Amino acid sequence: MPAAGTNIWRREGPEKLCGTARYIDDYTFPGCLFGVTYRSSIARGLIKKIVFDPKFSWDEFTVVTAKDIPGVNRVVLIENDQPLLADVKITHPLEPIVLVAHSQRHKAYEALSHIRAEFMEQPPVLTIEESLALKETLYSMDNAFKKLLIERGSVESAMAQADFVVEGEYRVPHQEQAYIENNGIAAYFEKDGSLVVMGSMQCPYYVHKALKAVFKLSDHRIRVIQTTTGGGFGGKEDYPSMIAGHAGLLALKSGRPVKIIYDRHEDMAATTKRHPAIVRHKTGVAKDGRLLAQDIEVIMDGGAYATLSPVVLSRGALHATGPYECPNVRVRSVCMITNTPPNGAFRGFGAPQTLFAAELHMEKIASVIGMDSVELRRKNVFKLGAVTATGQILRESVGAREVLERTLKRSRYAQKRKEYSRWNKNKRHSTWRGMGIALVHHGAGFTGSGEVYLASRAGVSLTQEGTVKVLTASTEIGQGTNTIFAQIVSHALDLPQTMVEIEMPDTSLVPDSGPTVASRTCMVVGGLIERAALEMKEAVVRAAGEFPRTKKGLARAAAKILNGAPFRAFIVQYKKPDEIEWNDHAYSGDAYGVFSYGCVAVDLEVDRATYEVRLRRLTTVQDIGRAINSKLAEGQMIGGITQALGYALWENPVYQNGFMQNSQLTNYIIPTAMDTPPMDVEIVEKPYSHGPWGAKGVGELPMDIPGPAVAAAIGHATGLWMTELPILPEKICRKINAN
Amino acid sequence: MRGAPDSIYFLQPSSLEKALQAYGENPDSLVLAGGTDLMVAWNAGLLNNKKVLDISLIREIRGVRALKKGVLIGALTAHADIQRNAAVRRHFPLIQTACSVVGGLQIQNKGTLGGNIANASPAGDTFPVLAVYEAIVRLISRQGRRALAFMDFFEGVKKTRLLPAELIESVEIPYSRKGARRLFRKVGTRAAQAISKTVAAGLLWVGQDGTVEELRFALGSMASTVRRLVKAEKFIKGKKLHRDAVEEACRLLKDDVDPIDDVRSTREYRLQISQNILRSFLSEANYYENP
Repeated sequence: MPAAGTNIWRREGPEKLCGTARYIDDYTFPGCLFGVTYRSSIARGLIKKIVFDPKFSWDEFTVVTAKDIPGVNRVVLIENDQPLLADVKITHPLEPIVLVAHSQRHKAYEALSHIRAEFMEQPPVLTIEESLALKETLYSMDNAFKKLLIERGSVESAMAQADFVVEGEYRVPHQEQAYIENNGIAAYFEKDGSLVVMGSMQCPYYVHKALKAVFKLSDHRIRVIQTTTGGGFGGKEDYPSMIAGHAGLLALKSGRPVKIIYDRHEDMAATTKRHPAIVRHKTGVAKDGRLLAQDIEVIMDGGAYATLSPVVLSRGALHATGPYECPNVRVRSVCMITNTPPNGAFRGFGAPQTLFAAELHMEKIASVIGMDSVELRRKNVFKLGAVTATGQILRESVGAREVLERTLKRSRYAQKRKEYSRWNKNKRHSTWRGMGIALVHHGAGFTGSGEVYLASRAGVSLTQEGTVKVLTASTEIGQGTNTIFAQIVSHALDLPQTMVEIEMPDTSLVPDSGPTVASRTCMVVGGLIERAALEMKEAVVRAAGEFPRTKKGLARAAAKILNGAPFRAFIVQYKKPDEIEWNDHAYSGDAYGVFSYGCVAVDLEVDRATYEVRLRRLTTVQDIGRAINSKLAEGQMIGGITQALGYALWENPVYQNGFMQNSQLTNYIIPTAMDTPPMDVEIVEKPYSHGPWGAKGVGELPMDIPGPAVAAAIGHATGLWMTELPILPEKICRKINAN
Repeated sequence: MRGAPDSIYFLQPSSLEKALQAYGENPDSLVLAGGTDLMVAWNAGLLNNKKVLDISLIREIRGVRALKKGVLIGALTAHADIQRNAAVRRHFPLIQTACSVVGGLQIQNKGTLGGNIANASPAGDTFPVLAVYEAIVRLISRQGRRALAFMDFFEGVKKTRLLPAELIESVEIPYSRKGARRLFRKVGTRAAQAISKTVAAGLLWVGQDGTVEELRFALGSMASTVRRLVKAEKFIKGKKLHRDAVEEACRLLKDDVDPIDDVRSTREYRLQISQNILRSFLSEANYYENP
């Protein structure tokens, strides 16, 4: 009864379909207050004073400022530089300053108009360019949160010997995660003084750790529970720690449960986005198309606090070369501070930015040296045994060439290129048509030694009643975690998957299996529970002689190993595979355990009158290792690609003085079903020896691919070279008028 | 969700007569027809402590009626119902098309033509069509009835010539001469659920000798209110649609509109593509300039 590799239904599917799933705003708590946030109206400066309207009856309200924080006024994460509530210094627009709670939601909002903070404004630094130019020095000596250098071989001497040297600059903007459910958290204190926090989040143990510092409470006095979460995409990786702190502070001061639910405007304007970036390439190429030297510069905009920027930068830099082998590489990367709301995690985590540049630059190289870009890719693409920029040898599971060839074939790329070139010559046609392609890699799991530091723990338990439960803090955020975990464990135990339950992600019940990020849930945490399940099986077989396949049988076996306890948990900890080596100082070695690979071909047309782009068809083939549930994997691929098409063509966050101007779904344009093309999806399965059942990561990979393919297709259609996302009709128009 | 239902004074008359009376007594009310725009304001808390006159239960001013000289669309007729109406489909295909691109299906089911007109957004999708069909807006209040030409109804962004306590009763669309070349084109921010960057409608009658008998062309989202291209229409009349004449008409387009840069688009783009749309509509053989 193989459970892995079958397309069973999503575990939580029916309740989501029927509307019975309970999101945090669906919970009621007796005496609950509703909390809201008063935020800065300037980008940078000092708070002179906070004036509370004396004519307003404040006694109905609970009011919290930085002075009410019992512990550390910080959102604990990496650098711990972000305050929970601004005290004196304002570093970005919409920085939280005061919290207000009332039993009626609209009253709480009303109170905000009776608070007025007076500021001493200071000149802000709003863009990457201003930060680089040290318009103001905001952080260390050079405004850089983090710098990373990757070096292989000798770029200078190889560049000097190259037949061609091709340069290019590429730019990508902010992007909003646009999950369906806005951020929301509820908090209350138990009679014994311990704090309970429930809400929409990706990483219960991040919230747990952050709250310990704020409230000076020990581990077991804080309990964090993830409720049904309507999407995260990275947007609920770090920010819930902030909201949980706020809700907790209001609960502490009022002595009542407090709920904070952001509305769409606040969520979009104040919480994290994808890092904007400028990426420059200088590439030395031989006549025959071999890459000889890649000199790459990556500059990201981190926003006002470091938060997750160092690791976003690292992933961006590590993917900057594209999936190509080159003997001489230098990647210089830096993440700059600006006085804008901090940028954070978003599906792809730095890689979509640098891969956009890498792949579009391949098109440029091809046109400069007069070679077909597909041939150029074939010549340089990662093969088994290839060595990456960090010196990582690709020992197994390298499907890059295969996904490229399968995509070309399925999309009829070559024929269509020819056909469309003919079509575009006819002036009676109301559109230009184009085909574009892109090929990427994406490393699954934390970068470098990240997984070693995380030392994640996960497991399974066997109860008296004969139930098998999966114990992880990895969250179901719409991607199918619960379903594939049940499949992995039931497969390892050879049990029907219906006999496997998933424990609630509640820090009082499950071990810290690390954050739900970095395409690590299936590959890394899935691997842990597979191991734990096998340990359990061995223990049961030792005690009972065999592993029973029925609930009754399991209950009888459980009695033999539980010694009267209600359950026994088999918890395992992450162990680094022996062959993986990483040097954090030299930034060399095995950056990731393994890479997944994906290719996209985009078939589109551009309206000759309005320059609107219509996607006709999209073909994608992706190597994600063995698919535990190919239906869910396809869902990840289609969803990620749709999100990336938004990044490529529509999503255009407009900022003025550091404030987002289009913080509503009416004016921040994400694609609808009407904008999304029919998609042809194929999975290539190159098994990975350390993944559960041979699986690799799939969550982020699809987000990396479409951007450069769309730009290449528009290039083919119009002859215009568009190097900045999103490629809006307005930009096409400007370029046409400029020519 | 910042709306506070308890703070809103809500009037819900069941007939037109009661509605006019209630409105007469409470002329400071905000009128709710389909609610597709008002509910956004409700959500933002902008209706708190305000009066709302919900006229959505009134039956008398809903539905499409064919008259001798045209069709009469009741103010509370939803965009979805207008699309389905046989008379509209036969005689006014541009109205059907325009109604089918308003928002999405949900908005078309709830949003009404009268509500859309009274809301007076510069971007109303049906407005250029009503402008080229030369519709008449019929108004009603306790004082009586009156009518305004569609183009005279708007005063500016979100501003109309409705008097206090006056409602739109219906929109009359007179039949126009047969044999027109027609155009409707909405250019939104995406394929659905979009607000227009520009929206165009055109009717063109060309004589047998190839000279233009009449051109009517209107643009939305290109000024504070919907605009007819008065200058271009006048210029092209009596001329043959040669390239030079078409180009001159496109150049004259600029004189009747004044688009802005905003979060949705740019002035440059709006002008350029409006001219492109007009050019391809007027050109007997579509032609496109390559970049």
